[in-house]
Amino acid sequence: MRFAWKHKDLLGIEPLTAEEITYILDAARAFKQVGERTVKKVPSLRGKTQINLFIEPSTRTRTSFELAATRLSADVINIATSASSLVKGETLKDTARNLEAMNADIIVIRHSAAGAPHFLAARLKASVINAGDGAHEHPTQALLDAFTIREKFGRLSGLNVTILGDVLYSRVARSNIWLLTKMGAKITLAGPSTLVPRVFEQFGCRVTHDIEEAIRDADVINLLRIQHERQRKTMFPGIGEYAALFGLNQERFARAKPTALIMHPGPINRGVEVDSEIADGARSVILQQVTNGLAVRMAVLFLCTGGKL
Amino acid sequence: MSAVPLMDAAALDRALTRMAHEIVEQNPAADALAFIGIRTNGVPLARRLADKVGAICRCAPPVGELDIGMHRDDHGLRAELPVVEPSHIPFDVTDKTLVLVDDVLFTGRSIRAALDAIMDFGRPRRIQLAVLVDRGHRELPIRPDFVGKNVPSARRERITVRLAETAGRDEVVLEK
Repeated sequence: MRFAWKHKDLLGIEPLTAEEITYILDAARAFKQVGERTVKKVPSLRGKTQINLFIEPSTRTRTSFELAATRLSADVINIATSASSLVKGETLKDTARNLEAMNADIIVIRHSAAGAPHFLAARLKASVINAGDGAHEHPTQALLDAFTIREKFGRLSGLNVTILGDVLYSRVARSNIWLLTKMGAKITLAGPSTLVPRVFEQFGCRVTHDIEEAIRDADVINLLRIQHERQRKTMFPGIGEYAALFGLNQERFARAKPTALIMHPGPINRGVEVDSEIADGARSVILQQVTNGLAVRMAVLFLCTGGKL
Repeated sequence: MSAVPLMDAAALDRALTRMAHEIVEQNPAADALAFIGIRTNGVPLARRLADKVGAICRCAPPVGELDIGMHRDDHGLRAELPVVEPSHIPFDVTDKTLVLVDDVLFTGRSIRAALDAIMDFGRPRRIQLAVLVDRGHRELPIRPDFVGKNVPSARRERITVRLAETAGRDEVVLEK
């Protein structure tokens, strides 16, 4: 079987079709198996160079992209904020030109400005992978969430997925909304009205500010991290109040479906978005998300570099 | 484009039966034998060969399915990408005699990729190669141990193997 994959870059979920999303998720199954073997490495990207350009701090995503590239036999260079010339005043365009001059084949970028990956992709021959741009998109996170859900339920369509928390500032939420609606899942967004405004109904989501109503029929509860770094005082009620009104505790979770999955993109603020007993409990797939993230990123790197464009 | 039939269902079955006997002859210790089919067409062929070998030596050699998509040497050069799937090798390959099975042997590049892919699962004692059709034009120093039919062909011709399991009928045709 063959499939015509036509993208050199992965900039977001929005431009992808349901068929392309399915293709990535199917390929990721094969890459997950590579991680379970004695030799956890395949030669697909031998001789290719990947540069991880993380202008915003990240441990999990950067490590995951680094390990994914290593398992595909690519060479990886990490450029972190503090060490980069950007702090010395270099523009993103000049950084990009320099990366191009080093013949990088893949650039994985995380940036606080929405659209930064698109800016690079339009200027570079290299494959550009968006590892999170501002509050815009974080496509590989949505793909790994979808992979994890599909692994548990065998499908995405028809499932009730509740995304709980700081939706307004969350690129994870946006990518998840794009992906899940394309795949036919039903989305409920919940949280404080300042962080979950009604305008999200335009995406085809249900919006509620009542957490108990939000989780009652949920097959999947995806908890978002409270992003202290992006909060403004006027928007956020305060940690104690948030935990009391919107945190997922044992009492609330007891009223959810017994089969409901608990997901979290990490890092967890224990006792704020979710109680430790639930995060570490039997319904939690938080660590499986990390494992699956590696497989999904391998698939994305493989596909974006694989075609003759 | 015209199609010349090379093998019908009966000829294909006879070829596989003969290959099974040759495999048993060359491997007296049949209990250490295992078959690995290269997706897609190698898999049903591997199952058929394993059944025939099993009937001859009254044993049940295990069969694995190998995906070589990640080990190919043309990554970045193809217009279309393969659909990669997990390999399924339900036994330990270490110290086994593996019979690697594919439908058509052409340049040898798929076999090179398959050999590398197998080594990721362990260290077999020996690997032998069984192909239904050898059409020549090798680009690598690879030769088959068991061949169903040798078909001299021109480079631009296509050889299509259809199998009952995937295409509803058994046949091999040469398309000019």
